[in-house]
Amino acid sequence: MAVVDTVRGFGVTFRHLFKKPVTQQYPEYKRPVYPRFRGRHLLHRHENGLEKCVGCSLCAAACPADCIRVVAAENTPEERYSAGERYARIYEINMSRCIFCGYCELACPFDAITLGNDYELAELSRDAMVYTKEMLLAPQPASRRTPVAPRDPYDVPSQDGVAGRTSLQ
Amino acid sequence: MPDGFIVTVIKSFALVNMVMLVFALMTWIERRLIGRFQVRYGPNRVGPGGVLQPIADLGKLLRKESIIPAGSSPVLYLAAPAVSLFASLAVFGVIPFGEQATIPFTDWKIFLYIADVNVALLLIFALGSFSFYGFLVGGWASSSKYSLYGSMRAVAQLVSYEVALTMAVIGVVMMSQSLSLIGIVQAQERDGIWYIVPQFAGFVIYLLASTAEVSRIPFDLPEAEGELVAGYHTEYGGMRWAMYQNAEFVATIAFSALASILFLGGYDGPFLPGPVWMLLKMALFLFLMIWIRSTLPRVRYDRLMIIGWKVLLPAATLNLLVTAAVVVWVD
Repeated sequence: MAVVDTVRGFGVTFRHLFKKPVTQQYPEYKRPVYPRFRGRHLLHRHENGLEKCVGCSLCAAACPADCIRVVAAENTPEERYSAGERYARIYEINMSRCIFCGYCELACPFDAITLGNDYELAELSRDAMVYTKEMLLAPQPASRRTPVAPRDPYDVPSQDGVAGRTSLQ
Repeated sequence: MPDGFIVTVIKSFALVNMVMLVFALMTWIERRLIGRFQVRYGPNRVGPGGVLQPIADLGKLLRKESIIPAGSSPVLYLAAPAVSLFASLAVFGVIPFGEQATIPFTDWKIFLYIADVNVALLLIFALGSFSFYGFLVGGWASSSKYSLYGSMRAVAQLVSYEVALTMAVIGVVMMSQSLSLIGIVQAQERDGIWYIVPQFAGFVIYLLASTAEVSRIPFDLPEAEGELVAGYHTEYGGMRWAMYQNAEFVATIAFSALASILFLGGYDGPFLPGPVWMLLKMALFLFLMIWIRSTLPRVRYDRLMIIGWKVLLPAATLNLLVTAAVVVWVD
């Protein structure tokens, strides 16, 4: 009967009043991203501190959104930046254009660029969306670090495997 | 005005501001409560627990551009929300929160109501209908189809439910032999029973009809957002829109107060002082309104009319006849 069902509906809503909300309080709680999540790019260094990037521009060539700009320069014995002959004097990624496809990561012969897990990329102006080499090289600040879900449940290559390329070091 | 002119002016000023404060808090409480009913939090960011959310809303609304739609009637368009808000606020002039109280640390006695009108109940229903002029005129003046539909629905709903509402209340009037709200409370004290017990049918009818009267879910057809964008206030923005919301919510608070007085004995209650009882009972009814809102879907328009004319009106009439017979028989 309609009236009985209506009254039962009140019981249902009243029970829900005392349940713990399922909302995830975002800035305080960050839901772990998938292990293969593709977020903001990171440029990497060798253990000795030299940049892995040699300024070959293969990432820029692979980029479907055309958002990477690389200007290479020669290393000199006095000013040595990378392990190769050349280094990226300018390395910029326009984050307002990037589609986070990860092709740059695939194209890179030295694993110098990977896609990290930072997705909080809001800025107050379009100019600020152009990320420079310094920003991309810098280690991710702890405040911007996102938890990553455990790898085991997902189809992710093993970290110590030879063939496996992992994007989230 | 039992207190004289100056004290009454001060009391009115304080009362209007308190009603506005309660309205602001209620918008937050309603959103929080509906959030919890839906297993989420609701606004909890601004201030402790989100309690300053109304102030943030106010700041946003104040900065909105003031628009007068092309083809509208500017004077009516601007005046309509004020009419509704005035009518809703004016109801509080006759609502008693207690009889007489001494201001602490003095022996100055004041009355806890603005005026004891001997036809207070009639006045409240008249003002309730008057606030619909704001809805009707506002919807018509904004020269929009949705607004006009909203106003037409509002008026049709008012006509259908005002009858049942009045009929339901007459049962209480017959039992208390008074149209004054203070008289009704005193009658309940005298009879030693709150009228929710002998007038339970009237109470249920009152609850349904007053929900329709203040156009809240499930009877919010005048502003059914799924069908009419926002009904009569489609073309309103900023503070004028806020005035309509304000009018509606203040009317809800006023009808909660009226329900407390008519059926739960108003400020009558043991142990606690009268105004506290009154506020507790009002809070109960406001919670009930929010509970209803988070439970029931909006009724279809034809069913709204069926409920009004074929269910509530006959039920209220029957209740009236039975009450009349009992009152005469007891006498």
